[in-house]
Amino acid sequence: MIKFMGNTMSISPEFVNNKILVGLAGQQNAGKSTTFNMLTGAGQHIANYPGVTVDKKTGFYRYKDVKVETVDLPGTYSLTSFSLEERVARDFLITEKPDVVVNVVDASSLKRSLYFSFQVLEMGFPVVIALNMMDVAARNGTEINFEALRKNLKVPVIPTVGRKSIGKKELRDAILEVFNGKNHGKIQSPLQINYDALEKPIEDLRQDLAQTTLESRYPCRWLAVKLVEGDSEAVRLVTQALGASCNELQTARRIKDVFEAQNDLDVADYMMGCRDKLATKVIKESVTEKKDGRDRVTEMIDSVVLNRFAAPFFLVLTVFMIYQLSIVKGYELTRYWWPVLAKFRAIVAGFLPDAGMLQDPYVRSMGLWMVDSANALLNYIPIFLILFALIAILEDSGYMARIAFILDRLFNLFGLHGQSTLPFILGGVFAGGCAVPGVMATKGIPDERSRMATILTVPYMNCLAKVPFYTLLINVFFAPYKSWAMLFLSTFTIFVALLVARFLTATLLSSMETAPFVMELPKYHPPTFFGVGQRAVERTWQYIKKVGSIVVAVSVCVFTMLQFPGLGHEKATQFQNEMDQAVTIFHEKSASSSYAHQFKDKAALISLVNVYTDYKTAKLTVKTAEGSRALDAKFQSRYPDLFKFLKPKGDKAAKKINKSLRKLVSKRKGLRRQIKEEQIETSFLGMVGRSLEPLTQWAGFDWKVNVAILSSFAARESSVATIGVLYQQGADENKSLEDRMAAETGGDNFTPLHALAIMVFFAMYPPCLATTIMIKVQTASYKWMVFSMVFPTILGFVVASGIFTGGRLMGLSGIQMMGVFYGLTVLLTIATGLFKHWGKKMTPVSGAPGASIQ
Amino acid sequence: MPGFGKGKNMRGRRHGKCCMLNDVPPGCSAKIHCHHAKGAVRQRLLDLGFVPQAEVDVIRRAPLGDPIECRVANYKVALRKSEADLIEIEYA
Repeated sequence: MIKFMGNTMSISPEFVNNKILVGLAGQQNAGKSTTFNMLTGAGQHIANYPGVTVDKKTGFYRYKDVKVETVDLPGTYSLTSFSLEERVARDFLITEKPDVVVNVVDASSLKRSLYFSFQVLEMGFPVVIALNMMDVAARNGTEINFEALRKNLKVPVIPTVGRKSIGKKELRDAILEVFNGKNHGKIQSPLQINYDALEKPIEDLRQDLAQTTLESRYPCRWLAVKLVEGDSEAVRLVTQALGASCNELQTARRIKDVFEAQNDLDVADYMMGCRDKLATKVIKESVTEKKDGRDRVTEMIDSVVLNRFAAPFFLVLTVFMIYQLSIVKGYELTRYWWPVLAKFRAIVAGFLPDAGMLQDPYVRSMGLWMVDSANALLNYIPIFLILFALIAILEDSGYMARIAFILDRLFNLFGLHGQSTLPFILGGVFAGGCAVPGVMATKGIPDERSRMATILTVPYMNCLAKVPFYTLLINVFFAPYKSWAMLFLSTFTIFVALLVARFLTATLLSSMETAPFVMELPKYHPPTFFGVGQRAVERTWQYIKKVGSIVVAVSVCVFTMLQFPGLGHEKATQFQNEMDQAVTIFHEKSASSSYAHQFKDKAALISLVNVYTDYKTAKLTVKTAEGSRALDAKFQSRYPDLFKFLKPKGDKAAKKINKSLRKLVSKRKGLRRQIKEEQIETSFLGMVGRSLEPLTQWAGFDWKVNVAILSSFAARESSVATIGVLYQQGADENKSLEDRMAAETGGDNFTPLHALAIMVFFAMYPPCLATTIMIKVQTASYKWMVFSMVFPTILGFVVASGIFTGGRLMGLSGIQMMGVFYGLTVLLTIATGLFKHWGKKMTPVSGAPGASIQ
Repeated sequence: MPGFGKGKNMRGRRHGKCCMLNDVPPGCSAKIHCHHAKGAVRQRLLDLGFVPQAEVDVIRRAPLGDPIECRVANYKVALRKSEADLIEIEYA
């Protein structure tokens, strides 16, 4: 089906060591970046276009002794001057005048792409067309006759599949060929668009323009066409060079007026019609669509899944399936995956210096802290692989576009976009997701304002890392209403996100560019195993790379802030003395045992203590008698010599050791806890937490909660760990963290109302560091990144204070306040949604209500 | 720029109330006459194939009544009522 055109041509030696500039232009999603990567390989350089925040990607390669500099232009639908990207792309072409323009064209939607190609050709550049995504076109049953296309457009047409590097050599050859042709004076005479009735006036205007100073700077035919069309940028260029009242501008205006008076047709519409006619002709001569029955199948499926009554059902089913398969099943998989990570931790621990009796060496605790932080995130890999694979299936099959189609109306009420669905699902609509891929996925939203609103609201979704913290607090404070509390948390965030989106689009974002909602609904086709797998792995890898590096770096900072300035020398000696005393007591008490000599050595004693601690910790997690037996067997096989001290049965001497050991371990634990608490309390982070207390008391946060919240900025996962350290009382009696928190926070100091305020704050709390970095990448602005941190903090704090102080004043309990708050949020959301609706109905342009659905 | 980009609203009015793409019931097709939108919106609609004289089939409305699914230039697109309200049509 795919025929490759012969494009071999010997390169004449006179161009050796020559340098040429190539511009890579094309529409969004035509596969420009993959083509760019294919052409240039590793030699890339990213900078900004002067004065704007649009990335300018430049790549270099050497081919047949010619140095080729390739610039990847921003992907735009056309080369007009309505958006920043369009202006950037056009300015580059006009001012830098690349030697060759490679127009990357999406073969699977050729007609639309041709409008763009026409604009490039009209500018008079030597063009090579890279007909990309040939595989997609073939799959769609589109057969393209390259020879016919080449004859029609009169420029080289190279079929490529950028993703698979097909057509690389041919494309590089064609670039050189066109360049050489230009240098030998063989100017390409590409296809010219015929504007029929306007041809003569345009040609006259071109000749006029050719007499002016503009001749050397701009292609005159292009300028003439654009002036007649009324393009503001072309008008500006001419005004700048010749003044606002020059003859050329007046001629152009006259042409337009005369034409419109004669034909009762907008001149720009007419010219577009001419281009469309030509595109239709080209398509007719070079493309054959094979009807493969998929049209019928697509129509059949759509009539079911887009049915008014069935659509919500399929939508809920889909989201539920995603949730079940990725979050629930994925979580089960982490049980098999976690031991792998634990082994990794053990290996690292083996390389690090051994644990001390009382204080661990600094390198060890920091190393393990880093590994733990990374592991907490890597633990989610199975979930992400499944989640991303499912989402790739949705995208490839074509259903994702339908979801956007169904939900657009709803999202639109709040200033969002149908295509906000995917980011929200990734961010974790129900419970479980990650804002990093969520923010990444906003790239496809064409409407700038909705895109920004989506970026700034995705972090309100419940990411996987928030869930353990919720679970902890719910188990302690809302145990009788567990499912209600969980439902509250997983749904109120959606309402908050919608409200925030509405608020932002009506205020800060109101001046941003919007684009019409025009979205392609592709034909359904079964996704390929390879395609889905590749995307899932690719996205997961992005997550690991981006999140992993940042989180590890920040975890070191947080660790340092929690460790320093550390214990004073006096305190440290005091703790050490107490520990030494405990060791002496152990030796005295166990002296009569026949095993006592085994533990005279300090290292042997430490390892016994560590094994015993591990055993007790593991024991905590088993609930059943069989589990307990299995655990015993495991420890027995692993530590055959030491097991009798862990669980002495009849052995009197071992029993003696065990008894003293228990005391020693308990003492050690107590001391370690005290040290940790001292350390955190006196640490930098602790100081900050304390200094914030006067303010945060309105929301019911004490300094321990403040520290947990601050430390969770690195990664949400660490909040539970920090809370765990802070609520240590009772840890030596093997109480679970829930029990400890409940015991320590009992009474009036910490009520369910406190817990509710914290949970609500935590739900709205700023995105974690990795997400903010992603926000920086996607918005290309530090301002928005800072905003994404500051705004949710203020909002969350105000709401939390309202809940806590309000609830206290009204004398409501936690669960009552939860109900009141939820009701208020829902009401406010509905009111906001309806308000827009009323506003819309009042505008005169809206269609007749009766005509909505037949 | 006086004289540039104007004169779009005068057509259609001559025939009384003009017919918009939004008024076309699902299952029917129409021919695009002209755009009432200006600037970026107009350009985007043109880029996507909503060019004057092009055939448009209205396929269905979304379950909530908005957007509308159409077939234009051999592919299916969804567009909002607010945009469909800016495309003047002539019944084929």
